[in-house]
Amino acid sequence: MNKPKEKESLVLPREYQPDEQKNRRYQKEHEQIFHKVNDTEHNGHYLFFKRFYKAAALVCCLTLILILLMEVSYLPPVGSPENPVNNEVSAKYIEDGLQDTGAVNIVTGMILDYRAFDTFGESNVLFIATCTVLILLRNDKKKGKDSARVQEKLDSFYEPKHDAILQAVSAVLVPIIVIFGIYVILNGHLSPGGGFSGGAIIGAGLILYLNAFGFEKTEKFFTEKTYKWVSFCSLTFYCLAKSYSFYTGAHHLESGIPLGTPGAILSSGLILPLNICVGLVVACTMYAFFALFRKGGF
Amino acid sequence: MLTFQYILLGFLIICGVAVSFSKNLLNSILIFMSYSLIMSIIWILLESPDLAITEAAVGAGVTSVLFFVTLKKIHAMGEEEKKDE
Repeated sequence: MNKPKEKESLVLPREYQPDEQKNRRYQKEHEQIFHKVNDTEHNGHYLFFKRFYKAAALVCCLTLILILLMEVSYLPPVGSPENPVNNEVSAKYIEDGLQDTGAVNIVTGMILDYRAFDTFGESNVLFIATCTVLILLRNDKKKGKDSARVQEKLDSFYEPKHDAILQAVSAVLVPIIVIFGIYVILNGHLSPGGGFSGGAIIGAGLILYLNAFGFEKTEKFFTEKTYKWVSFCSLTFYCLAKSYSFYTGAHHLESGIPLGTPGAILSSGLILPLNICVGLVVACTMYAFFALFRKGGF
Repeated sequence: MLTFQYILLGFLIICGVAVSFSKNLLNSILIFMSYSLIMSIIWILLESPDLAITEAAVGAGVTSVLFFVTLKKIHAMGEEEKKDE
């Protein structure tokens, strides 16, 4: 007598109830079709294809492994000074890097000063990726104004609402994660890290916050408009700042941006603001990906 | 230190093979996550902490979360529970 009662108390309150009968019917149809297709006794072509597929996969795999192993034997030995990697380009970066860029962390100096144009392209790639996900997963306005809300309810059907453990843990962890991300971004020119890694850490923290507290809380500070404006401003600032420094560099003019003392937080010219721009774009993109996957909107 | 690196590389190969041989999609995502974590430790041993931070945040964190969400979208996550019922 007691058993069913225990089961009932375990059922969590849910706002959306799917049509169980319909789902079961679909599943039955799916299973029937599955058995019909996989019927190897009556379907000779399928049996032949199955065996051929296995043999072909094995042959392709072995050939690829053989080719790659052959190539490895032609590679130069690791750490040899006569390797083609050790040419004048890397020597120039290592010797003059600190003087030219003012960044103690030579990697950041390279990606945001010597190769800043590449990083600009990467930030744009992230923006374009979000646009593509938006095209694929966005809920149309034709379906009604609340389509995003309905989608969210459908999506979080199997999840308990307001999980106490998750909320308590994320209340402690999220501020630490976000502060660590900001530290990684701001110290990008001094210590390992930089815009991309710091932005990814902040984005992960935001995703944790969203999972714990739901969309109602995050919509207070992050909507589609915020995403648009933050991305637009960061990318435009990056473009303008780098265009200026390329213009002055190509014409051998003084750029007028002080490099500061190496090792100080406010040093190395444009690298710090550019790091912040990249970090903002990456953090917003990570969050936008997750929100789009969850409910097809921000 | 060298033996530690060899152990990690062995784990890396095991994870890489296990991802494709695991029948359960959820398990293969978890194995992929551990692959990324091992990779980030290897990046630190190769003296590139920049990449280690990025690998840990993107590879083990965000990518796996996106995989989980995709699994939920295609209803592949609660499959075994249904069979038990």
